[in-house]
Amino acid sequence: MIAVEGLVKRFGDRTVLDGVDLSIRRGEIVVVIGPSGTGKSTLLRCFNYLERPDAGIVRVGDVTVDARTATKAEILALRRATAFVFQSYALFANKTALQNIAEGLIVVKKVPKREALERARAILDRVGLGDRADAYPAALSGGQQQRVGIGRAMALEADLILFDEPTSSLDPEWVQEVLDVMKSLAESHQTMLVVTHEMSFARDVADRVVFMDGGRIVEEGPPGRLFSDPSDERTRGFLRKILAGQGG
Amino acid sequence: MFDVGYMIGLMPVLLGYLPLTLQIATASMAFALVLACLLAIVRVLAVPGLDLVVRLFISFFRGTPLLVQLFLFYYGLPQVIGFLLAINGITAAILGLTLHFAAYMAESIRAAIVGVDRSQSEAALSVGMTTGQMMRRIVLPQAARVAAPTLMNYFIDMIKSTSLAFTLGVTELMGATQKEAAGSFRYLEAFLAVAVIYWVVVEALSVVQRRLETALGRAYRR
Repeated sequence: MIAVEGLVKRFGDRTVLDGVDLSIRRGEIVVVIGPSGTGKSTLLRCFNYLERPDAGIVRVGDVTVDARTATKAEILALRRATAFVFQSYALFANKTALQNIAEGLIVVKKVPKREALERARAILDRVGLGDRADAYPAALSGGQQQRVGIGRAMALEADLILFDEPTSSLDPEWVQEVLDVMKSLAESHQTMLVVTHEMSFARDVADRVVFMDGGRIVEEGPPGRLFSDPSDERTRGFLRKILAGQGG
Repeated sequence: MFDVGYMIGLMPVLLGYLPLTLQIATASMAFALVLACLLAIVRVLAVPGLDLVVRLFISFFRGTPLLVQLFLFYYGLPQVIGFLLAINGITAAILGLTLHFAAYMAESIRAAIVGVDRSQSEAALSVGMTTGQMMRRIVLPQAARVAAPTLMNYFIDMIKSTSLAFTLGVTELMGATQKEAAGSFRYLEAFLAVAVIYWVVVEALSVVQRRLETALGRAYRR
């Protein structure tokens, strides 16, 4: 069971999340779309308490955290039940590609180092970077860094992987290789919550698309229905604009 | 006039005292590094209460001359705290150098920690690390690279500052020179000799410093 209930987040007197309810089934791929500044990233960051919500409940697996009573231990448990892929990759700059993936296994999951490195190597192969194991992030392209970033998240075998605009910082030439890795991950029934502007990914991969505006979920549904027959005027307006921009 | 032979002959004698100088410097540096890291972490995390104490500590040890601090520890404190009566010059020197340089180094380390990109700590937390694990595994190693050149400069400064230990009656490099010069009246030769020794040691360290920087920068080259 993965869900947020009544999630509220304010920055100063600006309300970024205004009571968000969302539940995700095991193995489901949920894509969040919407105009910038509507709280999509904040929703993701509240899911693992990188941002502490002002109110609301987050449930992932058997961890339940209520914003009013959240303890350090609960937050840690929540973070260990989730994994996060950052827009800016945020690979550990002092670690090689291989070490970036193995780090969480060794430090957090206490997997013996040898085994952790073996598993990390297998994941590097899966994301197509088996030959760059010993490269530091500074020596990798954006697309390669983000694939390592996804690998780092995969290694944790989390109940939920959160993707915060994973392709938005990439040069266009690297977008597809990252989307391909995400697609293959989706095919393995990893539960994913993805904020993205890649409408083709939403259409082809998502089980459900959620449209957010003004800190609330405006409407949600299977991509087929949401894209062809949106019921809310705001959704229609947004899709018109963005699909025109992406030539789709 | 200038007795080159005396100066050259004095070198091996003085070099016999170099190990003590280096021991005082390395011991002080090791203690100072540990202390400075702790002080810096208190500052970065703004630990309530402790933060104020640390700021006062740093302010005092940066705001007063090292020589005054050494005299305080060696001559002053034993008058009020009995167990320090047994403190010898070497211990007092190490204590003074440690506290003095820790205060400076804490600020450099703090700046280096704060300078590590926020995304690095967020990434560490997102994989489920505790704050301690995040500091040890991700933030401090990256801060170390930034702080290393400055810390090496402090170490160089520390080596030269050990010469003040002679005012506490320690016969280290400077103390030995002073004694030799007082015996022979050849002050110019003696102090020139010791200057050359300090200079060569510091230059050798500069080579180490450059190698260290290259090694620490390995991960960041494109």
